[in-house]
Amino acid sequence: MSVDPFTRTAVVQPGVRNLAISEAVAHLGLHYAPDPSSQIACSIGGNVNENSGGVHCLKYGLTLHNVLRVRAILMNGEIVEFGSLAPDSPGLDLLAVLMGSEGMLAVVTEVTVKLLPKPKLARVIMASFDDIEKGGNAVAAIIAAGIIPAGLEMMDKATTRAVEEFVHAGYDLEAEAILLCESDGTPEEVAEEIERMTEVLQKAGASGIQVSQDESERLRFWSGRKNAFPAAGRLAPDYYCMDGTIPRRNISTLLKRIHSMENKYGLACLNVFHAGDGNMHPLILFNGADQEEWHRAEEFGTEILEACVQLGGTITGEHGVGIEKINSMCIQFGEGERESFWGVKSAFDPEKLLNPDKAIPTLTRCAEYGRMRISGGKLPHPELERF
Amino acid sequence: MSQQGNNMNIEVFREQILQAAKSNTSLSIEGGGTKSWYGNANTSPKLDARGYSGILEYQPEELVITACAGTPLKEIEMALEAKNQILPFEPPHFGETATFGGVIASGLAGPARISAGNLRDFVLGARVMDGNGRDLSFGGKVMKNVAGYDVSRLLPGSLGTFALLLEASVKVLPRPAATATLRCYVTQDHALKLLNEWAGQPISLTASCWIGSTNPEEKGELTIRICGAIAAVHASATLISVSIGAKELDATTASGFWKNLREQKLDALESLSENETLYRLSLPAACGPLQALNMSPEIVLEWHGQQRWWKGPGDDETFNALKALANANGGHATRFRQGSDVNPSNQRFTLLSEQAHSKALEMVQKRLRAAFDPVGVFATNRLS
Repeated sequence: MSVDPFTRTAVVQPGVRNLAISEAVAHLGLHYAPDPSSQIACSIGGNVNENSGGVHCLKYGLTLHNVLRVRAILMNGEIVEFGSLAPDSPGLDLLAVLMGSEGMLAVVTEVTVKLLPKPKLARVIMASFDDIEKGGNAVAAIIAAGIIPAGLEMMDKATTRAVEEFVHAGYDLEAEAILLCESDGTPEEVAEEIERMTEVLQKAGASGIQVSQDESERLRFWSGRKNAFPAAGRLAPDYYCMDGTIPRRNISTLLKRIHSMENKYGLACLNVFHAGDGNMHPLILFNGADQEEWHRAEEFGTEILEACVQLGGTITGEHGVGIEKINSMCIQFGEGERESFWGVKSAFDPEKLLNPDKAIPTLTRCAEYGRMRISGGKLPHPELERF
Repeated sequence: MSQQGNNMNIEVFREQILQAAKSNTSLSIEGGGTKSWYGNANTSPKLDARGYSGILEYQPEELVITACAGTPLKEIEMALEAKNQILPFEPPHFGETATFGGVIASGLAGPARISAGNLRDFVLGARVMDGNGRDLSFGGKVMKNVAGYDVSRLLPGSLGTFALLLEASVKVLPRPAATATLRCYVTQDHALKLLNEWAGQPISLTASCWIGSTNPEEKGELTIRICGAIAAVHASATLISVSIGAKELDATTASGFWKNLREQKLDALESLSENETLYRLSLPAACGPLQALNMSPEIVLEWHGQQRWWKGPGDDETFNALKALANANGGHATRFRQGSDVNPSNQRFTLLSEQAHSKALEMVQKRLRAAFDPVGVFATNRLS
């Protein structure tokens, strides 16, 4: 709707695609930083409702950090504004609660986003590791060295093999893990950071290191990561994508657990993830025409999310709870928290009319579908009848 | 002696909250008391939050620290310092005894706010006790988390009026490899133009402060801070000093200046006569120099002009005029600090109902508070 280069803001309608904002302001040397992999198609209204991130969110933040103001309609028809163009607003910070609320609180009609100067240069390091644990430790070592890369992504061997066949990016097919570490900024900044990151990766035991020499090579290194999903689609009729987030130090622990789950469920799983923020995207391959296999895939997914919570993480990093992961909410939150969520919902939408089936399970639903482990014969919510 | 995460004290809090609920009284949550002057005055009995103290988890490679609300801010900053990390929003202490909980509840951020982001941007999760005495945890310890509503981010700036904060996890960042502080003398209008222009270029401008006269013809002192990679800071500093003839300050003078600005120890901010109030204006980037009757001829601009400090008479007429002025420019005004003779029961904040397009949110806010605190144990009116 409007762009103000002086104050570095753009006012857009919710249906505007994420990438369209950066395209519209590129000639001003600006861009909109959050870049979900689906940015060519996903809309900014959806981004607000999922608090979406992307490969660069480690450095530039999520939607929450890049939106100043949201105009929305409450369920009683009143038009309101959350946040403002000023650095803060009176009262409680309701904009923060609206972010990631999956359309359950209000209908977003206009979004004012922050625009950032477009980095002059970006280069990416592609590092191979002969051991997944070394790769996971390298991620932690980069952060511990005081470096915040623009992007820090990891793929396991199964993924590298699957995508290499598809995109011919030149990946090391013998590597157990491949790390992509990007640096962006002024040429001086990038040169300094690439040197420091290379040093850390070498110390962490990388078996091979390549630095992109030009933009086309940089895009080629990224092409595999960006095409992991279509590549998975070539390997099996269906795949189930999970979205758990865990503390970075537990990356290799979770990967090892997922490998043993592959044997348990008799299904293969590709692992691609935003390593910098511990956001995992395991892709479970299965055949949906086979009801029993589908069921196994779902059980596999639930077990991965349980492991994420056990390792100090969350069931969903950026794609929302929606309907599919609603049962896993019972793993992460207790009764008090779920009750409070209903309190938040009712504060905005007392009749509970907006997206009524999404994001927060009721007590009954948790008891029936929660797939909780029963330990020591103690059944959760014994007061409820089951089926 | 630090009572590291002493859970016994959580039971003491619960007792106090349930007792208050039973007797229909409100509790005023207090930590080190360094910011008790901030917000509307209240005489409710105190809940001393210092009983639950200590750093619970800090893994530098995770960029997250989890601590009890009663932990002294100094303890947190020392732990981070040892690993060369910082609280990116540069919170003001306003006294030796400031606590982690007080930092979050006040929601105040220092000079770096304009580049690093607001305090709430860094809150990843919180454990709270609500007005029913329920012990609740929201958010988490990871960067990305969209499971459930982001209740933990309602705590920053709530001044203890929403729930009792027990623990919080906040994101921290590495200390920048290099810092340079530059100073030059320009008019207010010129300073605002320069700052917005620089902010649109790949220069890592992390803080700014302009102090000077409201007379548009007069030049004032513009101080800026650039942080980042060594080579990048050097390149940006050279570019800026050449373009406007700015001089670099030595490291000690520079860090003293930014600390005094953050703690409001600069002359322009600290000295306040009995009848004066220090007003805070929070404004959009587009807002140019402002004029108002009866205000001090000197003004302090931070955050590239988006936070302005202005002294003036403490009466309602002045505050109303400033509220109208800020509102007309898309922002809001606060009575930040008051002189000893100014009426202590003055309403300090702009209300939601006074802002265009926010009226209906007042009802939402009321219902939200009621969901967590039906009796009003935390309803001290400190914020409203």
